[in-house]
Amino acid sequence: MTVGSSAVSTTPPGRRHRRRNGRAALLFLAPAGLVVFGLVAWPIIRTGWLSFHRVISPLPTVPTESVGLRNFSTALTDPALISAAGRTLYFTLVSTAAELTFGIALGVLMAQRLRFRWLLRAAVLLPWALPTVVNAAMWRYMLNADYGPVNALLTQVGLIDGYRSWLGTPLSALHMIIIADVWKNTSIAAFFVLAGLTVIPRDLIEAAEVDGAGTIRRFFAITLPLLRPVIAVVLVLRTIEAFKVFDIVFVMTRGGPADGTQTVALYAYITAFSNQSFGYGSAVALLIVLVVLVLAMIYIRLLTSSSGPEDR
Amino acid sequence: MSLEHSASQREAGGNATRQPASRRETGRRPVTRRHRRDAHAPWWQHLLALLVVIVFLAPFAWLAIASITPAGALLDRPLRWWPKTLDLSRWSAIATGGAATPAGGFRQAMINSTIVALGTVALSLTVAVLGGYALSRLRFRGHRMVLLGFLSTYMMPPIAIVIPLYLILVQFGLLDSKIGLILVYSSFITPFVLWTLTGFFDTLPRELDEAATVDGAGRLRILVQVLLPLCRPGIFSAVLFASLLCWDEFLYALIFTSSSSSKTIPVAVAEFSGKFSTDFGLVSAGGLLAALPPVIVALIFQRHIAAGLAAGAVKG
Repeated sequence: MTVGSSAVSTTPPGRRHRRRNGRAALLFLAPAGLVVFGLVAWPIIRTGWLSFHRVISPLPTVPTESVGLRNFSTALTDPALISAAGRTLYFTLVSTAAELTFGIALGVLMAQRLRFRWLLRAAVLLPWALPTVVNAAMWRYMLNADYGPVNALLTQVGLIDGYRSWLGTPLSALHMIIIADVWKNTSIAAFFVLAGLTVIPRDLIEAAEVDGAGTIRRFFAITLPLLRPVIAVVLVLRTIEAFKVFDIVFVMTRGGPADGTQTVALYAYITAFSNQSFGYGSAVALLIVLVVLVLAMIYIRLLTSSSGPEDR
Repeated sequence: MSLEHSASQREAGGNATRQPASRRETGRRPVTRRHRRDAHAPWWQHLLALLVVIVFLAPFAWLAIASITPAGALLDRPLRWWPKTLDLSRWSAIATGGAATPAGGFRQAMINSTIVALGTVALSLTVAVLGGYALSRLRFRGHRMVLLGFLSTYMMPPIAIVIPLYLILVQFGLLDSKIGLILVYSSFITPFVLWTLTGFFDTLPRELDEAATVDGAGRLRILVQVLLPLCRPGIFSAVLFASLLCWDEFLYALIFTSSSSSKTIPVAVAEFSGKFSTDFGLVSAGGLLAALPPVIVALIFQRHIAAGLAAGAVKG
């Protein structure tokens, strides 16, 4: 067994091991480090490099030509990218707000003493476990303009006069994608809230009850403020996810009609892989990363400062 | 019953041991303020819950019905909600059709997805067990930086690295292969497993290592024979969660696989729902098939899933 290296100790005293184990740590971490460096760190460096270049003939040797900052300046004035960014922002705000609101309501409901509560929990687990692509394909069929069961149901109960093309216009399609996304992702918000509820001390609620606070008052005065760390985590998580949205849009509409549901991730994909503009696609991807990075930093801060929803 | 009154169900579970005992002694419900907790929630909450269950189950139910409805009947107006005749042909086509047919393609894609998930988890778990041990047990310079480095790679959006990964796979001739996909998936499964395992190792007392060291065991032996058996539940939930992440992944699979021998089930479902959009029965059957493994795993292992949920939710 190797005894640690001679590195200068900078860690606070009082921990049991005073020795350093630099060499052993290196050995143990090497395999994971290799995987992560080779498959994440190196590629991200390459993306950075590519974003300053134009790929002349993509494969297999990847000859390139340096273009300086031109990819970025193009991106920032690219009307398609700007409208995709606006759309992605709208999708992110609306879907996250809806998922959080429904998630809180559902989480609180799941915590109640319901008969057949297991049934509710199982039902809530289903959309969460459903693969994103299957969810999207399912809603694409549900909302089909000519044969979709949503049209059939709404017509049969008399809510609409005739079949509608739900995915036929950009605005309608975008909202249908939001509905499909909320249907699936409310579950995860609800489970987080449920986990957060279990750590709220009962004494607080009982004390408020004794003081005569009503149900609604108790919810807004005690439960909601105490859920704040959980809500913050869900908010950031869902925001990151929503901003990167790709799968559900790709399967439901392919970004159509008339690019009306194209999101930034979809735009980067199409630029790089349909148009084979690897350089410009890399620049767009990096801009997305920048936004996600800021959101992720907020998340890490939340995770390391407050203890968050610690399931056990 | 108030909204948040029974919010702390699990905590109440801790006291539950006391409660039945006292009830047994007195032979009746205790007349404390606790008795309200025994009451069920009011009717409107049950109604609300029923509504939620219907909203979440109805689409699944329709997929199941559509998958056994004759193709022509699915095009009827008005649509009938239960078929006059059952049609099991899609399920038999999935079970027996050739890999080149759409139905047989679903079966092949399920097999591919399984292999990719198993391979990824095996590779990631191996390297993450070693790395997690180091991060939890060994002291070295830059410890915190390494930990945060792994966490940040986990949150890297796939779109940011997909272009170079594509070029690398082409270079090594691994495009459109299961091995290539396993390697790529390890890029986000490894940091996830590593992060989770480090957390589990941290919960084990260091005295265990010290006792084993005194007995003359080396680090690798301590890890394999002392620590690993103790965090089996943790490893189990990490594995479950990692498999679900692999099963769900779409962007990489879409770009890196194209032939039926490496295409995963999300790609097969996405392609089919785009191309043959009039056989809704087969779309439904394929979708259900793809959903079956994760749904079953989630239902059976609810508790394990909950443990991995907080960490796993970071990924998208």
